[in-house]
Amino acid sequence: MHELGITESIINIALDRAREAQAGRIAKINLVVGELSGFVPDCIEFYFSSLSKGTIAEEAILNFKVPPAQFRCRNCSTVFCPQDTLYTCPKCQSHSLELAGGRELYVESMEVE
Amino acid sequence: MKKIEVIQNVLEANQSIAAQNQLLLDNHKVLTVNIMSSPGAGKTSFILQTIARLKNKLRIAVVEGDVASTIDAEKVKNEAVAVVQITTRYMSENCTLIATMISRALQSLPLEDIDLLLIENIGNLICPSEFALGEHKRIVISSIPEGDDKPAKYPMIFSDADAVVINKIDLLPYIDFDISSFQSTLVGLNPKVKIFKVSCKTGDGIENWCSWLLNEKTNHQFKQTKKR
Repeated sequence: MHELGITESIINIALDRAREAQAGRIAKINLVVGELSGFVPDCIEFYFSSLSKGTIAEEAILNFKVPPAQFRCRNCSTVFCPQDTLYTCPKCQSHSLELAGGRELYVESMEVE
Repeated sequence: MKKIEVIQNVLEANQSIAAQNQLLLDNHKVLTVNIMSSPGAGKTSFILQTIARLKNKLRIAVVEGDVASTIDAEKVKNEAVAVVQITTRYMSENCTLIATMISRALQSLPLEDIDLLLIENIGNLICPSEFALGEHKRIVISSIPEGDDKPAKYPMIFSDADAVVINKIDLLPYIDFDISSFQSTLVGLNPKVKIFKVSCKTGDGIENWCSWLLNEKTNHQFKQTKKR
């Protein structure tokens, strides 16, 4: 498990931004956690409930966006979601592909009062 | 209710500590290699083979990452200049080394007396790919018994590798491992990757890997000297 440190970072980011905005309460934190990021929303949620206690993020709802794994073909630039593990560009059949999405891990926005 | 745009990478905290680690390593001209693989692919044997070939040319230290036990550090301790064991069982991150662990380890290593630092990460093909440590080179070891589909199943770690070592090639006659399929998926994902086929059992291929590493060491040293 490696979500504990990550959840601490999420809370630090949220509290810093809330302080800057002089907010009294954080209602919602919108997170983007890609399918390939290796981080599990359920685990983040689990740690969040105990780590946020006693802070203004205590009652915040975590909202997760999970972008799918995506590849970009180096040959024809087609972006696609792989359907299996035989990575082939659906347009030109090339195998030369770079990861174009699915590794995201960031705080997108939040709602404060 | 007010909406605040944030867009801040959650891994930034780790990345900034990793950058500090790299600066410290650069200042001491210590080339640092992060060695990653699944459990049992042969990381420790590979490190021992590397030290055996290079110890007359380079002063080598090792950081051993394990969930539990000091078995690997015991194996390496007589061969390396210095060894630090990191045991992650009771840490918040136990499935991968992270930059703060390396930052602590660097404090107990005699950096002035080291040319090359080999970091043996936790056996895992997922988590280590997301945490930079401050290393200069990322190496992934994949062994024949694991099967030829590893780059397809774990595209993240293979996409970022500077070199991939295919270990246990002495087992090729006994195992259905399509080496060309492994290589074509790997090169498709990562066209610049260096590939080494080795056997830590027979010593096959270790020489090629060591000359590449020596060359990287010379390049790194040259860059640091120029910077000063």
